[in-house]
Amino acid sequence: MTAPRTLFDKIWDRHVVHDREDGQSLLWIDRHFVHEGSHHAFAKLRERGARVSRPELTIGIADHYVPTRTRDLGRADPQIADMVRRLERNTADQGVRLFGLNDPRQGIVHVMGPEQGFTLPGLTMVCGDSHTSTHGAFGTIAFGIGASEVAHVLMTQTLWQRRPKRMRVRFDGRLAPGITAKDMALAFIATVGADGARGHAIEYAGEAVRGLSMEGRLTLCNLSIESGGRCGMVAPDETAFAFVKGRPYAPAGEAFDRAVEAWAALPSDAEAAFDREVVIDAAAIAPTVTWGVSPEDALPIDGTVPDPARIADASRAAHAREAIDYMGLRPGQRLTDVAVDRVFIGSCTNARIEDLRAAAAVLKGRRAAVPGLVSPGSMIVKAQAEQEGLDRIFTEAGLEWVASGCSMCVGMNGDIAAPGERCASTTNRNFKGRQGPGARTHLMSPAMVAAAAVAGRLADVREILGETA
Amino acid sequence: MQPFVELTAPACPLPLSNVDTDQLIPARFMSRPRAEGYGDFLLHDLRREAGGALDPDFPLNAHPGAKILVARRNFGCGSSREAAVYALADFGFACVIAPSFGDIFASNAVNNGVLPATVEEAEAETLLAAVGAGAELTVDLAAQEIRGAGPALRFTVDPVWRTKLLNGWDDVDLTLSHAEAIAAFATADAAARPWAQLRAERGGGSA
Ligand code: SF4
Repeated sequence: MTAPRTLFDKIWDRHVVHDREDGQSLLWIDRHFVHEGSHHAFAKLRERGARVSRPELTIGIADHYVPTRTRDLGRADPQIADMVRRLERNTADQGVRLFGLNDPRQGIVHVMGPEQGFTLPGLTMVCGDSHTSTHGAFGTIAFGIGASEVAHVLMTQTLWQRRPKRMRVRFDGRLAPGITAKDMALAFIATVGADGARGHAIEYAGEAVRGLSMEGRLTLCNLSIESGGRCGMVAPDETAFAFVKGRPYAPAGEAFDRAVEAWAALPSDAEAAFDREVVIDAAAIAPTVTWGVSPEDALPIDGTVPDPARIADASRAAHAREAIDYMGLRPGQRLTDVAVDRVFIGSCTNARIEDLRAAAAVLKGRRAAVPGLVSPGSMIVKAQAEQEGLDRIFTEAGLEWVASGCSMCVGMNGDIAAPGERCASTTNRNFKGRQGPGARTHLMSPAMVAAAAVAGRLADVREILGETA
Repeated sequence: MQPFVELTAPACPLPLSNVDTDQLIPARFMSRPRAEGYGDFLLHDLRREAGGALDPDFPLNAHPGAKILVARRNFGCGSSREAAVYALADFGFACVIAPSFGDIFASNAVNNGVLPATVEEAEAETLLAAVGAGAELTVDLAAQEIRGAGPALRFTVDPVWRTKLLNGWDDVDLTLSHAEAIAAFATADAAARPWAQLRAERGGGSA
């Protein structure tokens, strides 16, 4: 009898090439995504005169810098066009497949990966992007790495890692109507803090997690890094298998059936021990928004901006003061009194079809009081949304419907908010300047962003929908 | 990589928590080649006033020549951008002392010879006060000690990272010495997990 193991350990153990006495393991990497930002790593290969060791396991995608208002690089900012072209050159030189700017399957790496079936249960996946944790939704070990590590994986298809601790986050009970995976994630981060899961691999479990669609699980795992977690995972089940089946790069036919057999053995054993367990009452989660400059600065929408004078811990009080100052808020201000200047619906956190449907359900037949941008997570999501007529709902509401890319999640492509502007956003980071120098970001679910667009201020989507019910 | 053994240098206090990588280097500067130097971009937007001039009161500007940075909890949280470390290193920092670090940032730091030294929150406050008053610090990696702010303080660092920094080792060389084990793993794995394999695409796919 082998000792009971967690989902994480089963996958980890399967990928160890070599265990070193000092606790480091050399891990085999099954899938490696590279994007425009990986240019530093390709430069390192050139310096060494090295080749990509397993180009077939490497997947190039243009997403971080791609223009969303034109697909013609000749009309894009020359610096941005250069980044996209550099990726084209680097992948072509190294024989790496590329989903480039004008590929109909192009999208944000963490949307396109699952969509194309590159993401499967039981794998190890890395990418030079911290939200690589997204792919853990399928029950796979997926995490972000830096440029030196990207170069290492390109050259060796392996990575040195120390086995992280294991944390289980159990969402007991069922979500109330209108509550989404985004609210679950923000509530969890607010509970443990932005470094609360540092050094841990998270497994999300419990009834509310089991009940999530793959889209919801992807959102939940996406935000793992915002709690400091090394990665986030959900045990693979029928929901995951059904999503994977028939995807272009997923195993097919008999190979699929055999894969499902292997995947079915992955969930944590009943007696498996976790280093830490956090239990959250799912039924108590309300629509949640951030007020500050860290994802941990999250509160239910009926809350008020904290008063630093009432925070006992000096460094936490200082953080709150800084945040309130940057965000242009007042202690004690009701969140629903905070007026917004624009909205953004997009990013690998919340730009899948289900997210767009949720936002469109709120915006249908209504006008947005403020301008905003809707950027689907992939061109396939975009086509699907257009088939369903969602694009018309957004444009008739007064929002701009553009092509897929990271866009205002990180602003590298020039889609940014102006200094001092307040943006209700479906993204993952409310860091200072993340959406442009001086821009102020409030994170929330797609339906809540749509509600903010309609109200022109932070608003409880349940009230807006209730008005017409 | 330059080994890190012991460093005695002026230090800079940064009494902020959650200094994320977007603050360490805003995304708009990351398309440049490293050879151009990233030091000017370090904390670019925090260091400047609205008009773009350097804010003389911002710690980084008030402590020229600092090689050690002392900050509050969760330093380097956020994105995986190694450019955050390039900016620190090119500015002159070889060590950051804080109560906790973002995981990816810390490993990026070590891969660039920059030491992430972890201390207790109270010790970080002591160091911030001392350094703010102009104290020079000595960071001794062999002894895992920080001296120069009252009694010597012990810091923690992953033992593997410590060895790597002390010797200035590069992972790739080390890994290539395991090339046979990697090849053997790949062969066995292809047979054991056929479903996990991907085939090459002719021409590397579409553009
Ligand atoms: S959308 Fe944002 S978080 Fe996601 S991959 Fe792009 S930059 Fe990273």
